Amino acid sequence: MRVLFKTNHLIDIRWFEDRSVAFWYALLAIALLGAPWVMSTYLVGEASLVLIWAIGGVGMMLLVGFTGQVSLGHAAFVGIGAYAHGFLLKIGMPMLLSLPLAGTIAAAVGIAVGVPALRMHGIYLAIASLSMAAIVEQVFVRWESVTGGFSGYAMPPPTMFGYSFDAAVPFYYLCLALAAALFAFAVNLLRAPTGRAWIAVRDSEIAAQSMGIAVARAKVSAFGISAFYCGIMGALFGHKVGFLTPESFSPLLSIQLLMLVLIGGLGSIHGAVFGALFIVLLPTGLAFARDWLPDWLANQPSLEVGLYGLLLAMFVLFEPAGINGWWQKIKYFFSIFPMYKRSTFVRQKAYMKTERLR
Amino acid sequence: MTEFFQLLIAGLATGCVYGLVALGFVLIYKAAEVVNFAQGDMLMLGAFFALWFSTGLGLGFWVGLLCAVLLTAAIGWVIDAAIVRRVIGQPQFATVMLTIGIGMMLRTAVTMGFGPDTRTMASPFSSGMASIGGVPVSMTYLSIIGGTIVLCALLYVFFTSTRAGVAMQAASQNQLAAYVMGMPVKRLLSAVWALAAAVSTVAGVLIAPVSLIDPNMGNIALRALAAAVLGGFGSIPGALVGGAIVGIAELFASAFIEETLRDVVPHVILLTVLVLRPQGLFGAVGRKKV
Repeated sequence: MRVLFKTNHLIDIRWFEDRSVAFWYALLAIALLGAPWVMSTYLVGEASLVLIWAIGGVGMMLLVGFTGQVSLGHAAFVGIGAYAHGFLLKIGMPMLLSLPLAGTIAAAVGIAVGVPALRMHGIYLAIASLSMAAIVEQVFVRWESVTGGFSGYAMPPPTMFGYSFDAAVPFYYLCLALAAALFAFAVNLLRAPTGRAWIAVRDSEIAAQSMGIAVARAKVSAFGISAFYCGIMGALFGHKVGFLTPESFSPLLSIQLLMLVLIGGLGSIHGAVFGALFIVLLPTGLAFARDWLPDWLANQPSLEVGLYGLLLAMFVLFEPAGINGWWQKIKYFFSIFPMYKRSTFVRQKAYMKTERLR
Repeated sequence: MTEFFQLLIAGLATGCVYGLVALGFVLIYKAAEVVNFAQGDMLMLGAFFALWFSTGLGLGFWVGLLCAVLLTAAIGWVIDAAIVRRVIGQPQFATVMLTIGIGMMLRTAVTMGFGPDTRTMASPFSSGMASIGGVPVSMTYLSIIGGTIVLCALLYVFFTSTRAGVAMQAASQNQLAAYVMGMPVKRLLSAVWALAAAVSTVAGVLIAPVSLIDPNMGNIALRALAAAVLGGFGSIPGALVGGAIVGIAELFASAFIEETLRDVVPHVILLTVLVLRPQGLFGAVGRKKV
């Protein structure tokens, strides 16, 4: 077992914990860059989908996993990003500008909703975001001059500097570059006072406020930034799907985003990637599983929703650290090899944590 | 004027159902600090059970309703005692996701067990028109309003003058104090879940002639959530008044402004309340101060 001996505070905010970690990330980067040479076109498409989900997942992770706020309406931001990006492209704005602008519009809407909701305690943000998503969905249907109503419209192809990213491999590299940049931004935020304030707010609002953190500002900034990430995700998602309709941004998408962070593993950037992999692979896995299941079960149309519900409940009850938690346990098992005890990761007994202060 | 009055009655009737579902939210929230996102699916489950007992097994409406209330209450009890209690003390996220997951599972279970079709349910007071001051009013709406009033009266008596009801109030107000006084707090919390499930079963049966019974009828809970927030999340009369306001507002908006506004109005009300008066009409939840 390797112990990192911390001799000064700068060690805590290093990009990589030590050289071996940096080495593994470099290897991962090479593998991701070289992947299109060994993968089929279909797999490259799936890989870009994973990256797109991971971008939204990091945004959700910053909000849910690091700030401790729950949003049930992030599908709306994905939709806003997609429609804003499509509209701006259609009126002739270059992609280099419209992409960040799409994210910014989503973030602006998020902040407008977040400010009133965050004056109240925890659960109100979930409820308010649910309502906001319902309203935004109606706006997508109604505002036909921009969104094309129910019938939707075809997304213009992604073009930058006169080069088309429409084919699978260039689009994969586009997603990879954006994901890398946005991941780096997220990691950097978490090293900075902003991210540390978020974590403090998550762990104890009272303690955070006593330490001089502006709790409301921390929450609103987390909400806005996560909306930005989801907006970018929406823009890329629009390119990937090729056609925008309001149904693509239903409440189920919000639940999937929440599932992503929960199953991936709350409170870790890695978790967002694991979760994205999971969300993309689940439908494929389910299609395979249907062949194996008995007919009466396999032909149920609602099987997918039920499975989502079951997975949510199971992970909340038995593995709140998600897939990332499994990864940590495996790593820990090998790093201290013969000494691993069952009780190492047993959860502490939790007592009623109340939000009422009276 | 006739139209206005008819709309008022219809809105009040739907509002009553929202109010009852909101009441379920509030009861559970006050007792366990959990917002039960499966409330709408409990309503759906209760309605399906009532249909099954009364028509499928031929027990008749009243016996069927009673059986459905008891069965759904038992399920509500089990959901709390076996599942939700395990995550008490975890961050808020856990209970939100858990109840959403339970709701999705209930919906799938009902779709598998009863089939995805939409059904109608015969009720002893459906069909026909009554006349109030010369204005023809549908008996269905009057039965919903009447049923809500009767249920609320029963709940009022239960909470103020029975031992169990007073104990539930005490456990909701301060768990630790209730525990120290020797009350079985865990059992009382489960009983609150059972009560909320029972109330939403009655709500589901009341709304059944209007909205019909299908696995997605639980979506009504989204509107009820607006009612609960408007009433101040934590106040029982607030939930009912909020429900009535939401019901009437959405019907008036769809009749006098634009038909399709119906789906948006409850959400607009909710967000407006959060901006203007976040503690709700009856302000039971205070702002968190340090």
